[in-house]
Amino acid sequence: MNESPSETKIKVIPWLAHEERGRDALVSYGLLVGLMALFIWSYRGSEIRLTELFSREGAAQILAYITDLFPPDFSANVLREAVRGSFETFAISFMGTLMAAMIAFALVFFASRNLIYSGLLYEMEAKQGWSRALRMIPYFLAKGLLNFLRTVPEMLWALIFVFIVGLGPFAGVLALGVHTGGVLGKLFGEVLEDVDPQPIESLQATGANKLQILFYGIVPQVLPQFISYTLYRWEVNIRVAAVLGFVGAGGLGQRIYIAISLFLENQLLTFLIFIYVLVTVADYLSAYLRRRVI
Amino acid sequence: MKSPTLHSYNRAEKFAFPHLFTLLFLIAFIDSWRRAEVSPLLFFDAERRTSLWKFIAGMFPPDLSADFLGLMFRPAMETIQISVMGTLIAIIIGFPLGMLGTRTFSVSGILNEADTLGSPMRRLGGYFVYSCARGILSLFRSIPEFVWAFMFVRAVGLGPFSGVLAIGVAYGGMLGKVYSEIFEGVNERSLEAIQSTGANRLQIFFYGWLPQVLPNFISYTLYRWECSVRASAVLGLVGAGGLGQQIEISMRMFNFHEILTILGILFIMVATVDYVSAKVRALL
Repeated sequence: MNESPSETKIKVIPWLAHEERGRDALVSYGLLVGLMALFIWSYRGSEIRLTELFSREGAAQILAYITDLFPPDFSANVLREAVRGSFETFAISFMGTLMAAMIAFALVFFASRNLIYSGLLYEMEAKQGWSRALRMIPYFLAKGLLNFLRTVPEMLWALIFVFIVGLGPFAGVLALGVHTGGVLGKLFGEVLEDVDPQPIESLQATGANKLQILFYGIVPQVLPQFISYTLYRWEVNIRVAAVLGFVGAGGLGQRIYIAISLFLENQLLTFLIFIYVLVTVADYLSAYLRRRVI
Repeated sequence: MKSPTLHSYNRAEKFAFPHLFTLLFLIAFIDSWRRAEVSPLLFFDAERRTSLWKFIAGMFPPDLSADFLGLMFRPAMETIQISVMGTLIAIIIGFPLGMLGTRTFSVSGILNEADTLGSPMRRLGGYFVYSCARGILSLFRSIPEFVWAFMFVRAVGLGPFSGVLAIGVAYGGMLGKVYSEIFEGVNERSLEAIQSTGANRLQIFFYGWLPQVLPNFISYTLYRWECSVRASAVLGLVGAGGLGQQIEISMRMFNFHEILTILGILFIMVATVDYVSAKVRALL
């Protein structure tokens, strides 16, 4: 063992490099073959007709559709509908995101491992098996619930809530709130797991109880990140709120659905312009607010 | 070098911001409450409670008959196929547009130095191409994939092909934007080093530029693919193929036990795709 580390390294490198290169080549060929197979399988399954799309008739059809869109219909009642729809879309995304933040905030503290059954907070009592097991029950319940909320897509939630509370924007609010609640719950949970233990330790040293540690040591640390994630999801949600109307949950989507179904292409373009403006404004607003928060 | 006026302006802004924000937030809250017809009391009303109960009770037990599962196999596979092809088209759209929408690629930077130094016209042309690419990308991604899907259903007919095109266009816009952000972050020094060996533009691109950005590209594209599986599962609601079509039928027929089965299938699919994508990313 009197070799210096650098000498050992030099001896090892050629062999290692050779081994790695062999493995790497194999892996990349495997990936390539798998990828090609995936593409061919998908190409056959998804009924792609590129020749039709780029044929004279196909291109003419799409061109005709695009020319039909112009000029946008800026007559007074269409504009009024568009403005009303935009405000409704904003309202759905706003209330939905707020509801989501509340759901996530209520559940996430139960769904993070380091707060509910292990880690710093439980150092003193970790040995008692049964109380640990008892604390794991809310953990799994909360985690499972968040996973479930997240797995069901917004559109399906919207269909379900339209069935339960009837047509209208409230179904959209509930759909967004419930699904985004699951998403934010996961994002918040990741923030909580990265929490800096030092402030918690020093609070513990002053004799603070768990609730005090939560409110003075943990929440102030994570709140800016929580808000930033909520704003980010709001950006996403305004896009979703714009299409929830397709299944009857209000907003611009409802107007767009009608316009496309009835071949009112000029109105459609007006609504599309409003979506574009709404989404762009929301992006800027959210970016500005996020800069202020962090 | 802070001027005193600027300083006081910042302080005024800092002071006003929380109050202004609270005020706007309250206005938005009250107005949104009214516009979105929020009515939590609805859940205490007898009729709503019965339909809620009907839905929950109707989901159990899930329909696990071989018949139904066999019927679901094809749409489930179709969903994955739509997402794969859609992501491929998104790459085909997003990569060139993202490249042209990169300032250091179209307007300034090492690739254009020699041309643009003496000629403002050339620079203006570059800037025009750059703005056009940016505009197209932002148009593509601002219109939600659902709207694209419905428009394509109208233009090319019902079926998975409309779903592929919708994902391709909407995700092409998102990919293009992120690709151009990755491009902007390229380390210029290694490009300069390659240039100093006498490499031409194509060589700089292939040996200096591409190797730097490729890992980020692939990883972000995989992430988008995961998202597109979720998206293509519901695009069928407007007739663009995949599981969504079946979701709509089951909802319309009030067959909630089928909904639970479909959710189970969706969960397995999404988990599998996430797993595969994580494995591939780990190999990079």
